[in-house]
Amino acid sequence: MNASDRRLRRTTTSPAETRALAAEIANHLVPGTVIALHGPLGAGKTCFVQGLARALEVSSTVMVTSPTYTLLNIYPGRYPVYHFDWYRLDDIDAVWQLDCEEYFEGRGITVVEWGEKFPAVLPPRTIHMTIEIGTGTRRTWEIPASFCLTELP
Amino acid sequence: MLLLGIETSCDETAVAVLENRQVRADLIASQDDLHAAFGGIVPELASRRHLEVLPTMVTEAMSGAQVTWTDLDGIAVTVAPGLIGALLVGLAYAKGIAFAHNRPLIGVNHLEGHLLVAMLEHPDLTPPFIGLVVSGGHTSLYFVEQVGQYRLLGATRDDAAGEAFDKGAKLLQLGYPGGPLIDRLAATGDRTRLRFPRPKLRRKGSPFEVGAYDLSFSGLKTALAQQLARPQSGLSSIRVEDYAAAFQYRIIEELVDRLAVAAHDLQCDRIVVAGGVAANRGLRARLDTLARKEGLRCFIPRMRYCTDNAVMIAWAGMQRAWRGEKDDLALNATAVAELGSGT
Repeated sequence: MNASDRRLRRTTTSPAETRALAAEIANHLVPGTVIALHGPLGAGKTCFVQGLARALEVSSTVMVTSPTYTLLNIYPGRYPVYHFDWYRLDDIDAVWQLDCEEYFEGRGITVVEWGEKFPAVLPPRTIHMTIEIGTGTRRTWEIPASFCLTELP
Repeated sequence: MLLLGIETSCDETAVAVLENRQVRADLIASQDDLHAAFGGIVPELASRRHLEVLPTMVTEAMSGAQVTWTDLDGIAVTVAPGLIGALLVGLAYAKGIAFAHNRPLIGVNHLEGHLLVAMLEHPDLTPPFIGLVVSGGHTSLYFVEQVGQYRLLGATRDDAAGEAFDKGAKLLQLGYPGGPLIDRLAATGDRTRLRFPRPKLRRKGSPFEVGAYDLSFSGLKTALAQQLARPQSGLSSIRVEDYAAAFQYRIIEELVDRLAVAAHDLQCDRIVVAGGVAANRGLRARLDTLARKEGLRCFIPRMRYCTDNAVMIAWAGMQRAWRGEKDDLALNATAVAELGSGT
């Protein structure tokens, strides 16, 4: 880790705001980026990926849905978006068999839901984002400050 | 016509032999031993497992049905959608036997299998009909205009209905699989003790195109978590049965609403509901009510054909074969292939 260790907090109060935050972040991403989203069921992880994918010019007719059962969804956009979900996986050997490295090292942007279950599989450069559920639809996002986002209380 | 069917798109390995409408062999490898050994669902092991059991299962199916390679009019195999590694095992194997025994190869979309299998059991069921495939991985509504011609009316924009059941059960600390557990508890629950709002699909402001028949279940999961977190509505004050009843009610109402609207809009009086969630007793009872009230006929395949199986793959393959269609050995598998979209 390096200077990008400094983290800031942002609060969103609706799914639309979560998607807007994702779109803001999307502008800072380069191919090969790996993002791990950490947060409980219902935190808004898939919602975040919807915002991210749209900002990366994934067609509005493409379904950006939960990969819990499919394990990996791929959306074609400005760069391909690789959307992983390890919720269903209980064994690290199973994760290795998904050949995640191929995608991490690829030309796309990778987002991993439930990545905290198998941190050893994630590359050291992974950008970790943590989501806390507040009251109602309020969510607090902890993200690396290197995204130069306006810090809000 | 005699076809061999092979299905390896997800966790189940399945092989079937179908002679016209007659099922000559129908094997589904139980994953229970595998799951028990690994203490849970380990889907990626599925590709390895498919490879281990498929050859034996094919031999067993063929000898059970008392057919030889030369009797076969073709080999139908699932090519999409699913786990790519798992699909490739079935496809590579099917290509191998198709090439070695010089039999036609017929690729089948898994969802088409789910949509059409009700026709196998109900010879009086013919298109056009409205078809809902609802499972852990899929929640898609189709208009089956004729066999081979499908219009995707709508689908979930986030979680599949079966996934909502599983994650809801997890939040209610019930275990896995969530659907049957919630269904059982809901039968004795009072759904009016809690209210889950109808999922809102905002067309305006949504980053993606939202159609009239689309569904959303991820907000419902969030609403459940919120209710559980509140002291006045947590599990210490409201029975888990009531939670199950209210949660299941909302999922079912969403599914039934889209079916009813689609049947009305398309002036279609036949409905097919397939996929694992079709086993839900609450949903079945609600569909009965809908059918009676709206004068519709509702077809649900038998349970064995609702979950993943190879009979449906052979049956869908047979429709293609009857039309004189087949594939060459360059046929490829694809992980994501929504049936009927963009066509």
